Amino acid sequence: MFEWILVRFGEITVKGRNRRRFEEMMLAQIKRALHSFRGLEFVKTYGRVYIRMNNEPYEAVAERLKDVFGIVSFSPAVRAANDLAEIRAAALAAMSAVEPAPRTFKVSVRRGWKGFAHDSREMNHLVGAHVLRNRPGLKVDVHKPDVELKVDIQQEGTYVYSTVVPAAGGFPLGMNGKAMLLLSGGIDSPVAGWMAMRKGLEIEAVHFHSYPFTSEQAKDKVVALARRLAYYAGSIQLHLVPFTEVQTKLAQSGHDHLIITLMRRAMLRIAERLAERRGALAIVTGDSLGQVASQTLGSMNVIGRPAELPLLRPLVMMDKQEIIRIAERIGTFQTSILPYEDCCTLFVPKSPATNPNLRIVEKVEAMLGGELNRLIDEAVERTERMQLTESGRRIGEAAASAPEDRWF
Amino acid sequence: MNVYYFDHSASTPPYESVVRTVAELMAEHYANAASPHRAGTDAMKLLERARGLIAELTGAQANEVVFTSGGTESNNLALKGAVLQAGRGRKHVVTTAVEHASVYNCVRQLERMGVETTVLPVDAAGRVSPDAVAAAIRGDTVLVSVMLVNNEVGTIQPIREIGALLKDYPHVKFHVDGVQAVGKLPILWKAWGVDLFTASAHKFRGPKGVGFLLVREGVRLMPLLAGGSQEGGLRGGTSNLPNIVGMAQALRLAEESRERRAENGYRLRRRLLGHVRGIPELVYNGPEDERHAAPHIVNLSYPGMRPEVLVHMLEEQGVLVSTQSACSSKSLKPSRVLLAMGADEARASGAIRISFGDEHEERDIDELAERLRRVVGKLKPLERSRA
Repeated sequence: MFEWILVRFGEITVKGRNRRRFEEMMLAQIKRALHSFRGLEFVKTYGRVYIRMNNEPYEAVAERLKDVFGIVSFSPAVRAANDLAEIRAAALAAMSAVEPAPRTFKVSVRRGWKGFAHDSREMNHLVGAHVLRNRPGLKVDVHKPDVELKVDIQQEGTYVYSTVVPAAGGFPLGMNGKAMLLLSGGIDSPVAGWMAMRKGLEIEAVHFHSYPFTSEQAKDKVVALARRLAYYAGSIQLHLVPFTEVQTKLAQSGHDHLIITLMRRAMLRIAERLAERRGALAIVTGDSLGQVASQTLGSMNVIGRPAELPLLRPLVMMDKQEIIRIAERIGTFQTSILPYEDCCTLFVPKSPATNPNLRIVEKVEAMLGGELNRLIDEAVERTERMQLTESGRRIGEAAASAPEDRWF
Repeated sequence: MNVYYFDHSASTPPYESVVRTVAELMAEHYANAASPHRAGTDAMKLLERARGLIAELTGAQANEVVFTSGGTESNNLALKGAVLQAGRGRKHVVTTAVEHASVYNCVRQLERMGVETTVLPVDAAGRVSPDAVAAAIRGDTVLVSVMLVNNEVGTIQPIREIGALLKDYPHVKFHVDGVQAVGKLPILWKAWGVDLFTASAHKFRGPKGVGFLLVREGVRLMPLLAGGSQEGGLRGGTSNLPNIVGMAQALRLAEESRERRAENGYRLRRRLLGHVRGIPELVYNGPEDERHAAPHIVNLSYPGMRPEVLVHMLEEQGVLVSTQSACSSKSLKPSRVLLAMGADEARASGAIRISFGDEHEERDIDELAERLRRVVGKLKPLERSRA
């Protein structure tokens, strides 16, 4: 019965010229997310988008809309002509659709189009009385109603709805620029990526692998995680950095307890080089304060030093349980807990430094000197880049499709 | 003489490309998908790609797709797995009188194990009342099992409405046998509030011996086959890679063309019913409202006539149809489904099922009607002599 969906954006924070850009990006993002529903029509007005269903399935469209960044909430709505009788009929229909049947309600009318004959106060009464007459047993409660029936009078028609579905919030993707995400295979980094995207950052993922010390499956797992992020982003770039040489070099430095610190610093250097090439202005990591040895404040201080770009750590003050909850919600948890080792778990010493000494770390790096820099250069050069989409098919690969594609 | 295959509800002719795919995979990917070497991981990748494709096509997550040997196993896994998992003190199952044998007899078996059951009646169209389902729920109810499309008469059950009512009973799992619906109707199992959904590949032009059960995340089942850790430990046994990939491809082909084919099915159905109205000896069994009928099944009775006679005479005319469901057609008993719909003994014992598919056009239906008319004409005198 709900032929329309009314979509709301964040309203207060964005103003002026940015606002128009925000709204245009928003509409583009909504259209991209819903492109498989061919029947939908989109109407943009100030601060809102209206979607006309044309028989597309509401549930499936709603499921998808919930995950579009920048949308605060949406409502399935009936649109009536700007005529009292029609508005009343729509109000009654919208009330009947509420399950389970409510006991109390209130009507909130907004007269956005001032040309309508009755003002909002009169309308509250006119619509409310009609519902009361036709739904015996239903009572008005203006303070804590089971249902708030909203009537929104616009020039093109009046939208009537009774439910408000919360959505992802944040900014439309890409509105706030681009960053590189260090994507391991664990629980945290995909969540960090999602949170960064939710704040309007376009993300390119960087993964370090150490084949044959790590398995092919570990790489596949990261590809799967990146694909899940691509569900939110439309598509995503994944940089696969061959880290074996750098890692084995560092492992031979004789400073076992510093190896994680040294590795993380090398990773940041590589990520920055990639960021520069790709025009990204920050590096996002899944660090959460105190979680492991490399995420103590002392470690963060020493590890972060080589980076010149801002290091964004969306999870830094979050508890593991909160992070897991988000991972489950965004659909990365099940993949993250697959048992394949990534390159960090592999060389973990028995007692990694929780408070590494910056001067010793810098001395070790200086000793490795040119050789380490050469290996870092090489890793950057040999980095493989893939563009992934949610469905897994790699963009641009369609023509030169994999031989097994014919089976699917 | 042209032979017409009108028994798609029993099994469908597989897509040619599916036959090719299964053969190629048997030859090229014989490695066990659980093996650690390259050949094994390659097979595993194909298996997971098939799972991903099926998940995408059914609105599931990949970890919610469990591969099985087909509809019967999926139904058994859903019912017994849920009851066994629920453990002591939870011993009640609700189902309907018109379920497929693999649910109905599974419920009978559970009864012998001490599970109490409520078998709900249906109306003349074969539909169960959602309110009756809700009224049957008890504190110890483990599961409600209702099919989406009936395999004998094609009735569509009010799954969405039942699912909405069951939202008030979070302790009750909702299983839907979707075997006859997949590829014909939209499968919005999540939106409907379904926890467990059964499908079988050979009903949508895939290979036999393979199917899947969709298991909503968080729903726990006791495995029926103890074994390796395949299918998340829910179903041991070496993965049937060729058939699974063949199934995924068939589902994609079916889903991509679903709306067009459903439209064609309804057109053929209307045409056949139009012809049948001109044959007074034949009575239509099923929903009068087309919105409650699947596009591919028409059930007809020649009251008082043994259906095998009709089937065999039609076969002589080059038309292949079934009596009841293929799974129970060897029995001479009246159809349990038709009896539940209120048909008398004569009508319930004399039913044939005509089910068509993608290869049929309107002129095939006209030809079918012509041959039906001929057979009825031959049987008519016999009917008189018996009376």
